[in-house]
Amino acid sequence: MQEKEVKFLEDAFKKYYFDHFDLIHVPERTSEREFGFQKFNSGMMRHISLKDNKELHLLLMQNIPSDVYCSNAYYSFPNLSMNEKDWKEADLIFDIDAKDLQLDCRLSHSITKCNECNQVSNSNHQCLHCNSKKIEIKSLPCKNCIEGSKKEVFKLLNILIEDLGVEKNNIKIYFSGNEGFHVYVYNSQFLTLGSRERSELVDYIMFRGAIPETFGMKKLKPQRSLFPDLEERGWRGRFSKEIFGSKSKRSKIISELISGGYSKFHKNLENISTIIGAQIDPNVTMDIHRIFRLPGSLNSKSGLTKIFCKDLKSFDPYSESSFLNENTVEIQASCPIEFKLKNKKFGPFNNEIVTIPTYGAVYMICKNLATIA
Amino acid sequence: MITLGKDEIAKYPFLADAGQYLKDKGFSLDQFGIDPDLKISLEKALSRVQVSADGKIYKSDLIDGEASKDYVLEREVFSFLLAIVLLKLTGMNTLIKRFALAEARRAEKYLEKDLANITDESKKELAIRIIDDLFSIQIKKQDDYFIIPISNYLKHSVNFHEREWKLINRRVGNGFVFLTPHETVRLIRKELSSYISSKIINAKTPSMISGFEEPVKQLISLSKKFVTYSVTTGEYPPCIKHAIEVLEKGENLPHSGRFMLATFLLSRNQSVEQIAPLFKNAPDYNERVTLYQLNHLAGASGSGTQYSCPSCEKLKTQNLCFAIPECDNIFNPLQFGKKRK
Repeated sequence: MQEKEVKFLEDAFKKYYFDHFDLIHVPERTSEREFGFQKFNSGMMRHISLKDNKELHLLLMQNIPSDVYCSNAYYSFPNLSMNEKDWKEADLIFDIDAKDLQLDCRLSHSITKCNECNQVSNSNHQCLHCNSKKIEIKSLPCKNCIEGSKKEVFKLLNILIEDLGVEKNNIKIYFSGNEGFHVYVYNSQFLTLGSRERSELVDYIMFRGAIPETFGMKKLKPQRSLFPDLEERGWRGRFSKEIFGSKSKRSKIISELISGGYSKFHKNLENISTIIGAQIDPNVTMDIHRIFRLPGSLNSKSGLTKIFCKDLKSFDPYSESSFLNENTVEIQASCPIEFKLKNKKFGPFNNEIVTIPTYGAVYMICKNLATIA
Repeated sequence: MITLGKDEIAKYPFLADAGQYLKDKGFSLDQFGIDPDLKISLEKALSRVQVSADGKIYKSDLIDGEASKDYVLEREVFSFLLAIVLLKLTGMNTLIKRFALAEARRAEKYLEKDLANITDESKKELAIRIIDDLFSIQIKKQDDYFIIPISNYLKHSVNFHEREWKLINRRVGNGFVFLTPHETVRLIRKELSSYISSKIINAKTPSMISGFEEPVKQLISLSKKFVTYSVTTGEYPPCIKHAIEVLEKGENLPHSGRFMLATFLLSRNQSVEQIAPLFKNAPDYNERVTLYQLNHLAGASGSGTQYSCPSCEKLKTQNLCFAIPECDNIFNPLQFGKKRK
């Protein structure tokens, strides 16, 4: 990113942080957390400890970071190096991102920007102008992406509450500021779990590694009575609802499953994992030393705020998470896809100079699809 | 400390204070080497270790966990304590491990029976207390099952490689895992065996006792049979091959994949300079960053920790596993192609 764009983004971000201190707070048990931040065009600063909101606001105003992070882990000495921190425990976190959901709409709003010739094209494999394979894929998520992500969040919530016994008021959902949602679980029995144990939870939540025997299917002499019922709790119940659909079809389908054999049954289990399992990013949940985007801070991939979702069902990220100012700015935009922010439509722009509000300009510049004219 | 009745000491002899037990009974170790009546216990002790080395469980004289006569019960406890003395005198770790595992499995049977006991509530309570005191697992009874908090379950089950122990294959509800008495005690087998072996390892080694020489000699020659050799084929496992292919094609390999590849090759004694060129085709390749990260993984910079290659289980979760039949029974990519002889 060139200096002009960095200056523009920093001005816009600074104004946001100054005007919206009310949206950005340190989390509970502040002094046990590790904080970190990045500036535009610069590396990560980690191992920072903060005492309160005042110190956080000072950090924001002094550094004008592009991104701000905070650990889900609690340490005795958060500002020391990794192996001296003395890890105590960590909140359970989940990341659900539209880009991982293999949604059909994806292709229609993905474009590639070539790292060598800087041209934007529609190919997903190589640059259509210079044939280089060093390309970045850019996606401007659509309504369908957000709905798809929400669906996964609802699946996750159901598993967390029904199976894992997490209390509703210990779960907080945030829009990530770009393409998905972050789910936090506080004060649970899972706080002290290490990475290996969390990886088991991940497999449970994603419905991975299930064996046919769990659902009544045996290699030799399968018994009808061992197959699950629709009323059962947990995965046996969810499996039944997905496979049998209704009570009346259960018996017929069990006969089909038995005659299909063990291996086919196993394959079926693998195939339905993306349908009934919640599609979370496994690496995020397994990582107990991660620093995670701080709620209320801006996401430098979009200029949108990572914001708390009071009512997930009705939540519209493109009107509820855009807080940057309305001042207009002239930009050179190369964005072949239309997008909507604060209920206003933008684009498509075919390498043209346009004058638009700051929040729209920031969105495109962050995605590397525009420059200051 | 759990207070044990006479029967319980015979069932769970590892919970007893060995020295104190002998003292209370008025015996010293020396007597077992010479007194013809007590020698039976020494013979039993030897056979207890031999049976365990064979991978079997020592057949107890107890009937349904109870002794018909007091001296039978005493002999049970003595033979366990003397087995430990023999193991200490032999000094072979492989025998200690096998003995601890066999004794754990023996105790497992009694614990299971006690947990399932519906006539004597006190037996069930004792089993629950042993599991809680020794392994911090809080068990509650619910209908026909024992339920334990998921977090407790996971801390133990992650050591199992069989798929039926994965949480997804368990009955789970409201934050608890539902287990049968058999599964409950199976869950702690490894810890029970570690508990027993750590008790043996931490016990003081006595000097040779007259009459113990012969059994010790027999055990030393027995332990020689367990030395293993391994051969490496040098072939890369499919996960590593896949990662290299992705990079060769100039496609993006996720961070976790790069971590796996680098730690694997470092463990195979490749140098940072040999590994770095592999990443040249990555879309975001930066030589300086790559070298810094490789040096960090190798332990040459930062805290000096050398990172190890992730387990197969972890790679499965990260979608980096592409197992083939040759991967059977390995837990880490580094074991691929290594055959025990």
